[in-house]
Parts: sequence; C-alpha cells; structure tokens
Amino acid sequence: MLSILRTIWYVFLHSFQKRITVQYPEQKPYLAPRYRGRIILSRDPDGGERCVACNLCAVACPVGCIALQATEDKNGRRYPEFFRINFSRCIFCGYCEEACPTYAIQLTPDFEIGEFHRKNLVYEKEDLLINGPGKHPGYNFWRIAGVKIGGKEKGEAAHEAVPVDVHTLLP
Amino acid sequence: MTSPHPILSILGIVVVALSIAAFLIWVERRLLALWQDRYGPNRVGPFGLLQVLADSIKIFMKEDWIPPFVDRPVFVLAPAIVFVTVLMSFAVLPVAPGIIVSDLNVGLLFFLAMSSLGVYSVVLAGWSSNNKYALLGGLRAAAQMLSYEVFMGLSLMGVVLLAGSFSLPAIVEAQKKVWFVIPQFPGFVLFLIAGLAETRRIPFDLPEAESELVAGYHSEYSGMKFGMFFVGEYMGVSLISSMIAVLFFGGWLGPVLPGVAWYLFKMFFFIAFFVLVRAALPRPRFDQLMSWGWKVMLPLALINLLGTGAAVLVWR
Repeated sequence: MLSILRTIWYVFLHSFQKRITVQYPEQKPYLAPRYRGRIILSRDPDGGERCVACNLCAVACPVGCIALQATEDKNGRRYPEFFRINFSRCIFCGYCEEACPTYAIQLTPDFEIGEFHRKNLVYEKEDLLINGPGKHPGYNFWRIAGVKIGGKEKGEAAHEAVPVDVHTLLP
Repeated sequence: MTSPHPILSILGIVVVALSIAAFLIWVERRLLALWQDRYGPNRVGPFGLLQVLADSIKIFMKEDWIPPFVDRPVFVLAPAIVFVTVLMSFAVLPVAPGIIVSDLNVGLLFFLAMSSLGVYSVVLAGWSSNNKYALLGGLRAAAQMLSYEVFMGLSLMGVVLLAGSFSLPAIVEAQKKVWFVIPQFPGFVLFLIAGLAETRRIPFDLPEAESELVAGYHSEYSGMKFGMFFVGEYMGVSLISSMIAVLFFGGWLGPVLPGVAWYLFKMFFFIAFFVLVRAALPRPRFDQLMSWGWKVMLPLALINLLGTGAAVLVWR
C-alpha cells in the first residue's frame, strides 16, 4: 500500500524534471563526423574524380544498391560512366566506404533524404559528387598509384622509384 | 425542483461535458508525457491544443465497420449505452447554485444507478462481438464493476449520513463548515478507488487490458463506435472527478472565485490525479483485483459506515 503511494509520488516528481525529447526539426541532435548517413563521391585535391570504377563498393554492398559502369578518359584514367545509388535500398552499413581503395565513396552525417516518390531516391553521379575531398583532404590516388596515365609516367608518382629496366641488366 | 433555465442548463452541460471529454484526450496525453519526461502532442496549434480537432476529424473519417459475425443490433446499441448513462449522470450534477439540469431528491442514488447501468454497455459490447477476447473483457468488466459497485455505494453512505440527504446540492450545502473529506476520509479513499474501477482506467483496466486481451470488450469496434467508448470513458473520468469534488470537496464552495471556477478547478485536480495514477501504477492480476475488492474494500466500507453511523447517533 505504502509502495503504491511512493510510486505515485515519485512519478509526480517527474513534473519538475527536464524533458529528454529533442524537438527535432528546430533542434538538431549532434551527429558524429563518422556518422553513416547519405553517401557522397569525393574528388581529389586537384578536382578530379577519385572514383576509379573498380566496382568493389558494388560488390561489398549487401543489398546491391550501387550500380556503376567503368570507362576511361583520354589520359587512361578510369572513371565511372554512370554511378547510381538507390537510397531506398541502401542500409547505410558503410561497407562501400570500407571497400573503396581510393577514399572516393564516403558516408556523411546527413540523414534528411526523405522523398515523396521512391524514384527520387535513386541518386545519379551528379547528385553524389561533391566538390571537395571529404574526410581525406590530402589524398590523391593517381599521384601515388604506380599506374601509368597521361601526364604521369611510371616512376613519377610520390614515394616511387623509377622502375628498373630489366633488359639493361642482361650480361 | 429544477433549475430556472432547464433547457439552457441541459444544453450547457451537454456541450461542456462533451467538449471537456474531448479536451481530456489532449490533457491526458500531455500530462502522461510530462510525467514520462516527454512533451506529448505539441505540434497542432498552440500547445498542440488542436490535436483534439485533428483526432476527431480522423476518427469521423474512419470506416465504421461492423464485422459480419457480430450480433448487429446489440453491437450497435452497446456504445450508445455508455454514452447515454454517463450523460444522464451529468443531469444530477450541481455545477454551481442553480446550474443543474434536475435537482432530484435522490440524485446520489440516480448517479449510482446510472453507473451500474453503464456495465451493460461493456458486457453487451463484449458479448455481441462474438470474439473470445471481447467476451473475456466483457466478463471481466461485469465481475469487476459489480464488485466495485457494492462498496462504491457503501462508501458514499457516510456522506449521506452526515448531510442527511441524497440530493447533491443539499450535500454540497452541508459542506459549508467543513468539507466531507475530513470526517469521511476513509470513504473518500474508498470512493476514489471504486471510481477508478468504475471508469475502467489503469490500474483497473482489466476489461480492456491491451497486453492480454487485444483491446478487450471493444476489440471489434472501429470508427466512431470506438470513439463513443473512448469519449464515454473520458466523460466517466470527468463524472467521477466531479462526484469526488461534489461529495467530498465541497463542489462549488470556495472563496473569492465564482462557484463554476471552483468546481472546474476541483474537477481538473482529480482528473489530473487519475492521469497520475495511470502514469504510475501497473495493472493487478484479476484474482488480486477481485479479492482486494471483496475482502478488503467491502469490509472497510462497512466499518466506515458503521463508525459514521455510530458517531452521528452519538453527536446528534
């Protein structure tokens, strides 16, 4: 009997406690920088696309929401002809970001991507590409990769020695 | 004797009772939210006040579906009974001097009779639904309300003894010196508990216990028929709160403010208390509920009645 009255009293004391509700649209919660929200494609510091269309993100994606087509430009740089993410399928697991060898695909702390029509949730490359390097400011894949592309011969990449010509070593 | 403007009183009390019942939905949600450290509905209109309007538009627009397996006439009649009986009880309620629909000299008995008739609504709803959960809810409601009715009436007899009348305005007038809550404190506690059980609210909501019986007696109801049960429940809450205010806290009596204001203030105080109890207490088991009613509350009510009778005999 006493415990009932005590319960009622303690519940009543909650009238004077702070409410824990976050009044969402006016008052936004803090989201960590590594929060897994809307996916973007970043660019390297020179402004070129980072994505080399290796398809690893599409393979890693457990729901298969990423579709892309690889192609090459005149310098021999691989890039995606189209890059499509279906956000109505995406589960924001971040596996694509982990799989990406060039830090191109990244998840951002933006989750407000609600739409009235499902087809509007299919994002194309121009929707996904941003103008900056995202979470990895100095990283430029083509400058450190030992791959030959137009404007960069073998051995010219950062931290790379000029390749040895095996034919000159012949006795 | 009736009031000078019976039609005005009838219209006023019906309109006010219905709008308070609708308004209570908002009050309850906000208060529950307050005690659970939330905000509750605060988006529609100022402080979310228009939530009531939005809810009622929604419930009126809903399909009012009658399942093919129910006993149609009884199924349709049941929600009307709860509505009618509760509204009839409001007829004998003295809001302020002169503002009463009908000053019956057996007003208190009329109230008890009407709240007993209200059981029919729940039982018939549960029975006619042809659904085992609804039937169980109806059976529980019948057993619970009948057993709590007994000591509800007995707990009020102390008040009648002290006031010497069954007429509610006379009972209020008899509290000019001291509110009956002081000489009749056990009766007040008993009536509070019985009133909670009569309105079938948590912790006495076993007839509709949603964790056991889907929604109990109104499982099969939809649309405005469900809305009638809902509004009927809230009108029952305001009725019981008004009765507590009238019988134990001097109704309209109070300094400075007009009688209606005091009456409404006391009523809302007890409505808030009902919501607080809902926020705080869990539901007992059904056998606990029954044995509590018959083995504890009924003897206590009888002892209270005996003690009051003896005291009245000695001092008068």
